[in-house]
Amino acid sequence: MAAMIEKAYLRRAPTERLPPPAERAGMLGWLRDNLFSSPGNIALTLVSILFIGWALPPLLRFFLFDAVWSGSDGQACLASPQLPEPGACWAFVRVWLSFFVYGFYPIGERWRVDIFFWALAFGVGWLAWLSAPRRDIGAVYFFIALPVLSYVLLRGMPPLGLVNVPTVLWGGILVTIVVATVGIVVSLPLGILLALGRRSDIPLVKVLSVTFIEFIRGVPLITVLFMASVMLPLFVPERFAPDKLIRALVGVALFASAYMAEVVRGGLAAIPRGQYEAAQALGLSYWRMMALVVLPQALRVTLPNIVNVFIALFKDTTLVSIIGIFDFLGTVGAARADPHWLTPFTSVTGYAFAALFYFICCYGMSRYARGVESRLAYRR
Amino acid sequence: MPEIVRPSSSSRTARRAGNIALQIALVVVAGGLAYAAIHNVAQNLANAHITSGFGFWNNTAGFDISQTLIDYSASTSTFGRAFWVGLLNTLLVGALGIVFATVLGFVIGIARLSRNWLVAHLAGGYVELIRNVPLLLQLLFWYNAVLKSLPQLRGSVTLPGGGLLNNRGLFLPRPEFASGFGSVLAVFLCGIVATGVVRMWARRRQDRTGAPVNIVWPALGLIVVLPSIVFMLAGAPLSFSVPRMGRFNVIGGVEIIPEFAALLLALTIYTAAFIAEAVRAGILAVPHGQTEAAQALGLRSGPMLRFVVIPQAMRVIVPPLTSQYLNLIKNSSLAVAVGYPDLVQVFAGSVLNLTGQAVEVIAITMAVYLFISLVTSLLMNLYGYAIAVEER
Repeated sequence: MAAMIEKAYLRRAPTERLPPPAERAGMLGWLRDNLFSSPGNIALTLVSILFIGWALPPLLRFFLFDAVWSGSDGQACLASPQLPEPGACWAFVRVWLSFFVYGFYPIGERWRVDIFFWALAFGVGWLAWLSAPRRDIGAVYFFIALPVLSYVLLRGMPPLGLVNVPTVLWGGILVTIVVATVGIVVSLPLGILLALGRRSDIPLVKVLSVTFIEFIRGVPLITVLFMASVMLPLFVPERFAPDKLIRALVGVALFASAYMAEVVRGGLAAIPRGQYEAAQALGLSYWRMMALVVLPQALRVTLPNIVNVFIALFKDTTLVSIIGIFDFLGTVGAARADPHWLTPFTSVTGYAFAALFYFICCYGMSRYARGVESRLAYRR
Repeated sequence: MPEIVRPSSSSRTARRAGNIALQIALVVVAGGLAYAAIHNVAQNLANAHITSGFGFWNNTAGFDISQTLIDYSASTSTFGRAFWVGLLNTLLVGALGIVFATVLGFVIGIARLSRNWLVAHLAGGYVELIRNVPLLLQLLFWYNAVLKSLPQLRGSVTLPGGGLLNNRGLFLPRPEFASGFGSVLAVFLCGIVATGVVRMWARRRQDRTGAPVNIVWPALGLIVVLPSIVFMLAGAPLSFSVPRMGRFNVIGGVEIIPEFAALLLALTIYTAAFIAEAVRAGILAVPHGQTEAAQALGLRSGPMLRFVVIPQAMRVIVPPLTSQYLNLIKNSSLAVAVGYPDLVQVFAGSVLNLTGQAVEVIAITMAVYLFISLVTSLLMNLYGYAIAVEER
């Protein structure tokens, strides 16, 4: 009896784990699950592969393999015995690149633009890096010091030895960045004020804020820009008529403020009532309550949305080219009409380069917004 | 015994006084600014010898418009007529854009959620690429780089079905209706009404007995077969004017100008990417328990989507969809960049330049867009109420 019990069929150690069935694991399993799980799925996969096979090789050939990378004028990009079917004319972009960046800004003064770019990049980095030291100083730098510095640098100040450069000479990526930056620097404070105004108990403040916000949001940017460019000079005495770039900046800043106000309002609405009540219980006045308790939290919550407004603003800066400002898209449009570069693919190449620029900027910003969002979600 | 301290009413009175003072200050500042602005406008207009007012409305326009939905001629029509031409062109591109962008957006949005890895990522790539490139750049690309580099008139591409495509536009056969076509149309409309009645009957029957009734065949018979029979009996009262090549231009057919095509294409493709995101978010917002419950009830994937997922997703989708429609209509004003004669190009462009009435023209243009925005959001809100959850 005892001997039989010793023969118990019990394992003392776990068995080796079996590999998963071949058709479920690894590359094959993944393919099966994601591409070939049902007849309908197989058909979709085949259609997709056919589409990629139809679209991708010509695109690669056009933009990379058959592209013309160097040359001094349009002749290089035309069909020749060596290159019977030329592709994109990147030589055009190379030759015109400095025009795309600076416009007509005097060549001897372009170092000033470079310093502006670096100073701006520094400020953006300071504010965008959420755990950077002393972000309050960063905000002061970005919203007060940087605008003054940029104005002096770009516009010029003869007493400091900086020659005046009239804004008609500015152009290209410089103008795009100036318009976008002024838009954000003005629209954030103005948007906060409008959002507070919209939630205010004072009837007149509320009515004015709501009217402004809804009016601007109801009309296209292009009409706001038209208004700024043709009506603004009428509103002021003739001798103060602002120059073209300033008019566009006013239009863009007002437009962005209305959208920013709505985003900030969303952030304010997300702050629990208890926070307001606690601040009031501590005896804080309205402005101190907002500045010390509510807004820091509201802006943090809504940072991804603020970035999204900025992305939209960055894309919308292209519209200033319609009222005759030489932004990046405007310079591409001007360069593409150059008779020396009259080739079938000059336009395509110019637009492709512009698209690449905007895509990299906007996609980068939207990835940043998503990163902030997931970080905020994780903290809760 | 400590004295009870009541909150003094004087601090509240002080706050109220402060509020009133603030409002008075605002009125004074706003009024002062408005007065200064009006004064300056009057001064500047007087200097430029422009009389303000809407008198220009009935003056002869004297400029040509490349696409007119209503009768218009440069020599006899007024600026007011030009305004209506521009407005109709805006509404045309807006309405067609909304239809196409909605269809494309729903397809892309659903494709992004596909279980097929390739399809999901192709749709994702589309959305990321299109959303991150400015609309104006896309519009100029379609117009200058694609449509303007189509072959010239001589080398026109002949499309299947008799269309012609060249760098002056797309020319399609134009249907021409003979006298008997009215009856065909009447039968067709009756068919649609009758189908509605059949559908109501089918639904009532299903509510009563639980047995589903397939109304596809009766609907097909009423809407397609019956009108076709009447069409044949009436002696096929429909012919097509096929466009053909003349010496200097295309003769016959419907002309779709390249400006219109580029604008419609750009608006559709751009807005569809945003609608796709709204659709995706809406479908993801339906709790997973709902699909599981539907599966547990034995619904297959088609009915599950139709009766369980889509109705709930629509409630989340409608608000962002509304704002995308509004954006599309506002973005149609980019027409001015390619010269499509929309409201902004005709009215805030040509009319403003010819009359110099900047204040009046810009004010009218903005008022029109505000009105269109209000009507669109009103319609979408009504739709939103119609599909809202019925609390029982």
